[in-house]
Amino acid sequence: MRALVWHGTQDIRCDTVPDPQIEHERDAIIKVTACAICGSDLHLYDHFMPGMKSGDIMGHESMGEVVEVGRGINGALKKGDRIVVPFTIICGECDQCKRGFFSVCERSNRNKHLAAKAFGHTTAGLFGYTHLTGGYAGGQAEYLRVPFADKTHIKVPESLTDEQVLFLSDILPTGWQAAVQCEIEPTDTVAIWGAGPVGQMAIRSAVLLGAKQVVCIDRVPERLEMARAGGAITINFAEESVIARLNELTAGKGPEKCIDSVGMEAHATATLDSMYDRAKQAVMLESDRPHVLREMIYVCRPAGTLSIPGVYGGLIDKIPFGAVMNKGLTIRTGQTHVNRWTDDLVKRIDDGQIDPSFVITHRIGLEQGPEMYKTFRDKKDGCIKVVIRP
Amino acid sequence: MRYEGPQSRRRGHPDEATDTLARGLGWFSIGLGITELLAGKSLARGLGLTGQEDLIRAYGVREIGTGLGILASDDPTPWIWGRVAGDALDLATLASGLNNRNRQMDNLLIAIAAVAGVTAIDIICADTLSRETRKPLRPLADYQDRSGYPRGLESARGAARDFAVPKGFRTTDLLRPFAG
Repeated sequence: MRALVWHGTQDIRCDTVPDPQIEHERDAIIKVTACAICGSDLHLYDHFMPGMKSGDIMGHESMGEVVEVGRGINGALKKGDRIVVPFTIICGECDQCKRGFFSVCERSNRNKHLAAKAFGHTTAGLFGYTHLTGGYAGGQAEYLRVPFADKTHIKVPESLTDEQVLFLSDILPTGWQAAVQCEIEPTDTVAIWGAGPVGQMAIRSAVLLGAKQVVCIDRVPERLEMARAGGAITINFAEESVIARLNELTAGKGPEKCIDSVGMEAHATATLDSMYDRAKQAVMLESDRPHVLREMIYVCRPAGTLSIPGVYGGLIDKIPFGAVMNKGLTIRTGQTHVNRWTDDLVKRIDDGQIDPSFVITHRIGLEQGPEMYKTFRDKKDGCIKVVIRP
Repeated sequence: MRYEGPQSRRRGHPDEATDTLARGLGWFSIGLGITELLAGKSLARGLGLTGQEDLIRAYGVREIGTGLGILASDDPTPWIWGRVAGDALDLATLASGLNNRNRQMDNLLIAIAAVAGVTAIDIICADTLSRETRKPLRPLADYQDRSGYPRGLESARGAARDFAVPKGFRTTDLLRPFAG
């Protein structure tokens, strides 16, 4: 089959690779009908995340048709079923899965010893996302093996198109969880850093959940325009002070809820801390650039909440934890517990509250994938979200 | 922030060739700086500048600082101009060795020619960066109709207020308004 394969830093190729096989009785194989490039794939593309190996197949936002099932599926899936595949692989049986904390499933990461070394304990296996999370082949391919497939799937109604449901795999529940973690009150201002795909979904989620005002911070004009279309007030951090503008919008008190949908590769400039991060990164002493975290901690209203769906990979430096402690801030973060939210979100899509396909700006075939990674990374051609039809 | 030029690699960044040149000069600065810092005595002896070892080491610190500045900033322009100023200092220092007593005149002339060449590259790089457009970016595409709400923005506001936040994700009671 054809697949997008990681070969090294900024080196992704469309290769011919062996077709996936059933390896375990709870596996299923799907024929991928649609998949997407995620912002967090760019952390792999730029090789900011450790644990990739040449030959790894990319992609963790996929959907398709079941073509083969293992003997242990027990009727949960059958050939011909149309499913979306959550990016977190879940067993559905461990203590964490039973509590709904699917992204920290205790059994699905087959390299749990590596994850435990890096993080203290294992987290869930993820598709196409480093050997720290299991080294599973990703879904930017013609076919995908889905481990624990009896639980790792989202069934979707035929009435909804692929493009309406594809983002149930990641960015919609990720933006939703980011907003849910804020437990938004009707009086709240929600500030969201980053107008990429997850930021866009977080804006829509905060609006749907009834925030008084939603503010989005970025510097790419077309992304800010899409954020405004979704009901956000926008701040271009290249043109004005984020802190001053957020205080102005909140009568000097700061936003109650802050969402970091940027993560480890913040592109802030002309600030002392961003200079510091870039200098450390230049001499390979730091992997993450936590400018957004510092800014959120500083501007958030005391007793407020910081919600962090943005991906961080390693150690971060110069975090003003004195402000966190003295202001009594609540920090909520984590990979998304996808299946915890998807039943509800499918209903909201079906009900017409939201149509996540608004974010798609580019539609391509697998062969164009390598070039599109570059276009997406460089924010060229108005690129915000790429959907691939293998 | 730098704005888009005709050959921009990334939106908001300088054109690719100049960007690569600037980063290269940054690494060159760091390499040269480390050499000057660690081998100041040998360099001074080799160039016939005996007695100026500490000055050469100080130049090494300057080079390392400038190099880090170039690599650490999104806009390396002022740092590259800083290199040009540093080149002038280097040339002046090397010129002080142009006298009949200098037994390392050949080495000195080679060094002056090399620094002059690097100065020319620095000036070209700094000048190109300075001439890049400063016009704010304009949207590359029109996304004004991409609300994502099939029923419109106003009907979307608060449409999901019925959602019951699960227990594990609720704000702690300690942070709720205190009524009693």
